[in-house]
Amino acid sequence: MSQAPPSRDNPIAGFFKIEGTAIALVLALLILVFMLTAPRAFMGFRVYMSFMATVPPPMLIALGLTLVVVAGEMDLSFPSVVAMASYVFCMLYQDHDQTWLALIAALATGTAMGWVNGLVITKLGIPSLIATLAMLFLWGGLVTVVSNGASLAIPDIKGDLIHQVFAGRIGVFPVQFVWAIAIAVLIWLILNRHRFGENLLFIGDSIKVAKVVGISIDREKIKLFTLMGTLSALAGVFLTLETTTYFSNAGMGYLLIVVAAVFIGGTSIFGGSGKVAGTVFGSLIVAIIEAGLVASGVQGFWTRFFIGLVFIISVTMNAVLEDPDKVPLLRELRSRARK
Amino acid sequence: MNSTPIVRLENVGKQYGKVVSLKGVTLEIGSNEIVGLIGDNGAGKSTLIKVLTGVEQPTSGTIYVRGQKIDAASYSVKEAHKLRIETVYQDSSLGEKQPLWRNFFVGRPITNRFGFIDVKAEKKIAEHIMRSTIGFRGAGIDVDTPVSRLSGGERQGVAIGRAMHFDSDLIVLDEPTVALALKEVSKVLDFIRSIKAGGRSCIYIEHNIHHVHEVCDRLVVLDRGEVALDTPASALSYNELTEFLMSLHRQRIAPVAH
Repeated sequence: MSQAPPSRDNPIAGFFKIEGTAIALVLALLILVFMLTAPRAFMGFRVYMSFMATVPPPMLIALGLTLVVVAGEMDLSFPSVVAMASYVFCMLYQDHDQTWLALIAALATGTAMGWVNGLVITKLGIPSLIATLAMLFLWGGLVTVVSNGASLAIPDIKGDLIHQVFAGRIGVFPVQFVWAIAIAVLIWLILNRHRFGENLLFIGDSIKVAKVVGISIDREKIKLFTLMGTLSALAGVFLTLETTTYFSNAGMGYLLIVVAAVFIGGTSIFGGSGKVAGTVFGSLIVAIIEAGLVASGVQGFWTRFFIGLVFIISVTMNAVLEDPDKVPLLRELRSRARK
Repeated sequence: MNSTPIVRLENVGKQYGKVVSLKGVTLEIGSNEIVGLIGDNGAGKSTLIKVLTGVEQPTSGTIYVRGQKIDAASYSVKEAHKLRIETVYQDSSLGEKQPLWRNFFVGRPITNRFGFIDVKAEKKIAEHIMRSTIGFRGAGIDVDTPVSRLSGGERQGVAIGRAMHFDSDLIVLDEPTVALALKEVSKVLDFIRSIKAGGRSCIYIEHNIHHVHEVCDRLVVLDRGEVALDTPASALSYNELTEFLMSLHRQRIAPVAH
């Protein structure tokens, strides 16, 4: 244990010990840069209101995925769960005039899909990365079949109470952002203060340890993927209420940005630790990079390139912060420097 | 044995596919005794412990805890904890990235009825275990320190302290001194003595015969899945024990040209 413990009295170190402060600083910096490069968009409040309306669905999924990654697992099937929930909701609204029941049915569908994902991973023993990639296709195929490949539009829902509650505006402020933050607080409590979260932390830290301390690993993993299904479905409903449409590719666009948001936020790719506050800021960062680059006059094609770049840089930085020896390049350089 | 043994294994066998790990092991652990379990790699020590502590189910035989027959099918780590049997594995008892206080309570946290953890209460008790039960004075270590910053001996201390806090009657230590510096080893041996002083029993699995002979009341030698020797430690000198183990070793390599 050659590493000296960080000094307790250093106020700067203390500040960065608070969860999410480092990544919040990155977000503030990005906003500042875009205020300079695209002042017309980023000096007004409208662009921020629009973020708060569009970020909640991917943020909800990213919050669920944070828990999944903490347990050392992965879920790539969520785009299809989003689409299925969106279809169930639209269909029940259009054909059967249901609103609250449509919401419950959509959530139940996503929950069931997540539960099946959990069963495939634990009972068939397929690693979650591969299993959920297969389920992405399976569920995606299923939703295209049941919807006949068609899109649905439900513009009339804008007059309904459910739209007011989940996608309305308080003045100009999008109400869905309040929901997203409330759910982020709930997920934080689950991860850091609930026995379920503690079990996930230990499962992700070491399966062997989790087993000998008596955690029912399969049961917890099934619960985890079920919760992930529920959150993906909720994201699907939020998306549908905001756009008032369903199409079978809804959610596909979230695949990259949700995964990026989780890792940019500082959740460990090695499992065993996760930052819920980081995920909240990570989701905002990804959205702001997309909008900011376009507003700054960079060709739209470049946005994915830059998100990929930020993704790689932040994952590497987070690994360095966790343990410099986990980055082979750095390890080599350090061992050479010691000679 | 003057009273009912804490644990009694009767003809316990365990097979992994075609590989036989344990065959007909009969063994008793009495109250307030330290039993040393010795044997070569592959002698079946780990398997015996896994079966005893509910990590794995035996393929044959019966287990009695305090005279009560155990239903093998439903015997699990949780069940073993309820029966106050606790295991400390050499390197897999603690979550590396998790703070000490979580490691003390993982698997059975103090929660309200909604499952939310009482962090304050857990930290307070963890602090108490560290200071008094296992006597940690290490600078820079508190209940929020992640396990990865502790030395090997300190980790064993945390795991043993946890076992004692949960009032186990039988604490199983799986090679607690492997890869430890000499100073750390003597700490661990002190922890083991404190188990006996606290009126509990201990199964101590060890490679280093010297340590075993020093702290144990009874010695059990496993060889190829069978009990080869079961004797009070005082009946056998350190040299006699070494000689016995060497004789087992000679038998084993005899057929092979060496």
